[in-house]
Amino acid sequence: MNKLKFRSRLAKDKALLWAVCFLAALTAVPLFAILGEVFLRGYDQLSWSFFTEPTPTAYKAMKAIEAGEPIPGGIANGIIGTMIMLGMAVVFAVPVGILCGAYLAENPKKRFAQVVSYLTDLLQGTPSVIIGIVVYIWVVVPMKGYSAIAGSVALFIMMLPLIIRSTEETMKILPASLKEAGLALGGNNARVMLKVQLPAAFGGIFTGVLLAISRVIGETAPLMFTALGCSFIRFSIDKPISAVPLLIWEFFNDPNLQELIWGASLFLLLFVLTLNLTAKYLAKKWNQ
Amino acid sequence: MNDKLYRIILFVVALIVPIVCGGVVYALVTDAYDAFEHFGFFKFLTSSEWSYTEGSERYGALPFITGTLMTTLLALIFCIPFSLPVALFVGEYFRGTKIAAVLSTVIDLLAGIPSIIYGLWGFYTLRPIIMALNISSQGSGVLTASLVLAIMIVPYAASLSAEFIKMVPNDLKEGAYSLGATRAEIIGKIIFPVAGSGIFSSYVLAIGRALGETMTVTMLIGNTNNIPESITSTGNSMASIIANQFGEADDLRLSSLIAIGLILFLITVFINLIGKIMIKRARIV
Repeated sequence: MNKLKFRSRLAKDKALLWAVCFLAALTAVPLFAILGEVFLRGYDQLSWSFFTEPTPTAYKAMKAIEAGEPIPGGIANGIIGTMIMLGMAVVFAVPVGILCGAYLAENPKKRFAQVVSYLTDLLQGTPSVIIGIVVYIWVVVPMKGYSAIAGSVALFIMMLPLIIRSTEETMKILPASLKEAGLALGGNNARVMLKVQLPAAFGGIFTGVLLAISRVIGETAPLMFTALGCSFIRFSIDKPISAVPLLIWEFFNDPNLQELIWGASLFLLLFVLTLNLTAKYLAKKWNQ
Repeated sequence: MNDKLYRIILFVVALIVPIVCGGVVYALVTDAYDAFEHFGFFKFLTSSEWSYTEGSERYGALPFITGTLMTTLLALIFCIPFSLPVALFVGEYFRGTKIAAVLSTVIDLLAGIPSIIYGLWGFYTLRPIIMALNISSQGSGVLTASLVLAIMIVPYAASLSAEFIKMVPNDLKEGAYSLGATRAEIIGKIIFPVAGSGIFSSYVLAIGRALGETMTVTMLIGNTNNIPESITSTGNSMASIIANQFGEADDLRLSSLIAIGLILFLITVFINLIGKIMIKRARIV
């Protein structure tokens, strides 16, 4: 009887181990399924012209389909739009985010800092579609039109909490002796921050920025109400502009352009995953 | 730069966060006001009509609140049997090994995939499977959306749960081992009771993620403005109705959509707040 009970306990133990391994392995399947599908369906669309030409009109695409030719054009308008909006968002979000993070790390006990810290979490948890609505109300309505500026404001708001958090967390794990040594050498707080703490925290902050970029670059919903989209290459920031995820959404909804979905998705996916892996690699390297 | 100026600069920059948050709330409330005033707050919440024929416009949020709650709840149910094993794999069984590092990288990458690509995959791969299995004829619906949503929230639930599983003190586990407990018994009788509240809080935060997910749900839920009758029928979530109609809406419909946005915002903030408080409590224990 005792032996039987012992056996069943061991059997349960084994069963749990196998179940955990099996289910954990199964969880990895979607990543490879998605990567595989996007890669297999998208790789033959990637060509030089895919990156240098703007999206074709539905009419042109229809003609090409009728003639049995591949759809002309590419996603250059989206790539340039993404770069412009992301560039503007990064230029503002990085300094503001670093300074906010520094403030939080310097004054962990202050009531106001705790409020800011909580609100940063709140902002980070806000659904991106709501950021889109709010920026529509803030920027698009007063400016009387969709614009790259509005899109970049939306991206800015989404990047900000990510950069604040990563800066704060990196600065908090810096040894206190570092700051004290700087102060002992006669530097004031500002100088120690600029010359000692920020350089020491550079690795963590940099990876945080990379991750923030990879988070927002695929955002579609907020850009739908702010940047709107545009079918030709444009450099002005006060007019509607396109972005790669917006183009994917457009292709998804337009039966004539559906062939272009996978090339655009492959480009976006490769970009995001490369950024992610680079950030992870750098974080590991700098931590050693 | 002297110290005083430095402090002032930091303080002023930090003010941006409260200003942005206040601006978010202010913009949502003022622009949602019309809809609440026109229909009445509770009437708006409980009405299931959504018709925009001119002259007899009627908007209510109930179908979309139901849609959001259904997709989120189902996604949570589908997510648990996968995220919990991943957390145990990374945090207990293969803790600190290379294979655990590989799995957590895979899970991290899963979190990095843009939601529109999840939507595409769901639409072109999962939807045909659901149609072939005869679960629903059109393929899209609450079930399809929740399945993909579940994959999307697994990384959030798993990585945080793993962290709490790792924090279970070794003495407790060693004590149980010395009494002859098997690993399965340790997990059931030591790890879950000790890390339970932390694991629970990681699911609360995962819910917070799922509530506001927009593109995936928009592409898969079927976009009909009625209360879903069953899990295989079509519907709309709060986020997906906004994504679908915001661009073409004006006046009362725009205000109603913003009101739905406000409700979604409040629900998300509430869930996230609960999650954060629970995490803080779990960390202290």
